[in-house]
Amino acid sequence: MTKDTKAQAPQTIIDKIWAAHTIVTREDGDCLLWVDRHFVHEGSHHGFAQLKARGAKVARPDLTFGMADHYVPTRAGAERQQPADTRRMIRQLQENTTLHGVTSFGEGHPRQGIAHVVAPEQGLTLPGLLIVCGDSHTSTHGALGAYAFGIGASEVAHVLMTQTIWQSRPKRLRLRIDGTLAPGLSAKDMALSIIAKIGTGFAQGYAIEYAGSAVSALSIEGRLTLCNLSIESGSRLGMVAPDDKTFEWIRGRPFAPQGHAFDAAIEDWRKLPSDADAEFDREMALDAAEIAPTVTWGTSPEHAAAITARIPDPANESVAAKAEAMREALDYMGLHAGMALTDVTVDRVFIGSCTNSRIEDLRAAAAVLAGRHAKVPGLVSPGSSTVKRQAEEEGLDRIFLDAGLEWGGAGCSMCVGMNGDVVPEGERCASTTNRNFKGRQGKGSRTHLMSPAMAAAAAVTGHLTDSRALLEGRKP
Amino acid sequence: MKPFTVLETPACPLGLVNVDTDQLIPARFMQTPRSQGYGPFLLHDLRRDANGELRSDFPLNDPRYRDCAIMIARKNFGCGSSREAGVYVLVDQGITCVIAPSFGDIFASNSIKNGLLPARLSESEIEELLAEPTVVDGRPIRVDLANQKIIAGNRSFDFDIRADWKKQLINGWDDVDMTRSYAKDIEAFVAADGGSRPWAIPRSPR
Repeated sequence: MTKDTKAQAPQTIIDKIWAAHTIVTREDGDCLLWVDRHFVHEGSHHGFAQLKARGAKVARPDLTFGMADHYVPTRAGAERQQPADTRRMIRQLQENTTLHGVTSFGEGHPRQGIAHVVAPEQGLTLPGLLIVCGDSHTSTHGALGAYAFGIGASEVAHVLMTQTIWQSRPKRLRLRIDGTLAPGLSAKDMALSIIAKIGTGFAQGYAIEYAGSAVSALSIEGRLTLCNLSIESGSRLGMVAPDDKTFEWIRGRPFAPQGHAFDAAIEDWRKLPSDADAEFDREMALDAAEIAPTVTWGTSPEHAAAITARIPDPANESVAAKAEAMREALDYMGLHAGMALTDVTVDRVFIGSCTNSRIEDLRAAAAVLAGRHAKVPGLVSPGSSTVKRQAEEEGLDRIFLDAGLEWGGAGCSMCVGMNGDVVPEGERCASTTNRNFKGRQGKGSRTHLMSPAMAAAAAVTGHLTDSRALLEGRKP
Repeated sequence: MKPFTVLETPACPLGLVNVDTDQLIPARFMQTPRSQGYGPFLLHDLRRDANGELRSDFPLNDPRYRDCAIMIARKNFGCGSSREAGVYVLVDQGITCVIAPSFGDIFASNSIKNGLLPARLSESEIEELLAEPTVVDGRPIRVDLANQKIIAGNRSFDFDIRADWKKQLINGWDDVDMTRSYAKDIEAFVAADGGSRPWAIPRSPR
């Protein structure tokens, strides 16, 4: 294809960003892509070790940012109780970033927090950028119209050394969600109901563009949640075309261009959305009006159902391997088919993670919890130190503390349990996180995924609960 | 990296669906330096019962599959977390080929970097292979990457693998060396890009 016809052919946002980052196209179709931002965390030590083994340097420290999130303690005084191995992980990130001249938001830094919360909030994530990080939830950044995906340790090493990455062109999937989301529902309900419908492996090999009126209507925080969960449907990346809402959200953020430079950037970003007649490899449409508050009952994000439903019976599943997986999941979760989801009691709640720890998420949980007391213990972990400060300015911390919940620090915390904050074996946790895999929140832990409002409602009643009942007569 | 050619070993019929990388290696083991070897962490919690004893009914613990370098699973193997340790546990345990109907995208990409072949068969072929007596009895099956063939007893299956990955595995290519051979192209790209996307460089806040 010559350059001229390429310019005329209608393109998707996926194609446009891909083209803008292509350095080399190999004979087999793989492309060497330029990387605009690379976020490293404590778990990136394997990548740095490969760098050291080759005696190599970080090619572009100015485009690389350290984010202490996976192992940092999120409970007061917890750093003194963390094992030496955990402390070493946090220290290693600091040492590696210092050695290579990389800006790092380490433990105690005022900008510290979860990479996927911090980078958008600091203006490091911008429309049209190509962003990678050794973490599968890097898809989150797509919410601002960036092309962002998770990579493995060898790829981390490659990006550190070359600021580039080899990729094969993904197939393009447009997922249109039109209509209006019912009051009291959130992007989390949208994402979980999508995964329940299409399954966890459905979008493998695809890049997703989320479109439609229900997606446009989402706040930026909501879009971040929606794109965050792309990987749970199998896709390495999901994105939303940037619009005025995106630009206004980014305006004035510390690392973003300012003044005239920002206005000039907006002019470029307006060209990013998919052309009207651009072709996708696959198109799907969902009706937002059909979405209900959604919770998971099993050990895969696709094991999800409306809170008003009963736990499905594996006997009704026609695919034998799927039915077996359902039986195993129910056995692990200590639940049985036919049980009303609202009868499932919980032992604790966790509100946090890169999926749901932004200020809007905390406000939604606080709206349910205000003036009420939690029946079970719980931890609220803001996604970043900045979110923490803002929540405290708004008095949200008081609402959580008065409800009897713990108000923690910023990090991945109990979503993945790496920092020592785990759900004890056999306990059931109502969690605003992203994975209900066996043992995800700690060995033998049982996770039910849901929105912040739903987790707050479960805290109040001690069982899975339709949060809308607790919001009646309250300002959402 | 060691080139991948032909494997001929018993194959462990794991058979599970949606094996996520949190199962392949639970997060609590990931602070371990790689030099210590990740093999013992492979499917650590699934292999054990509530008392921490190895479950005799778990395929990987079955003496018939002790020397397997091949594993057979159902769909969506390696979904979830991007942790490359999910591949290290397999490779350090000597497993360099997983046969499944589909793989998590990041897992598959990680596996190529570590010389592990993610071979795809259809769901029905996987069912046949799992039931094949050669596999069940723990006799060797043959995986031939150049010809994309799996031979088990007198059955033969043609498997799928992305062409670029196949080439990379067969040649044992190193990505970094390959990329460095394009240094001039990268330089030219950076020179042109700086002018066209000035906003792409992060501002330095006070």
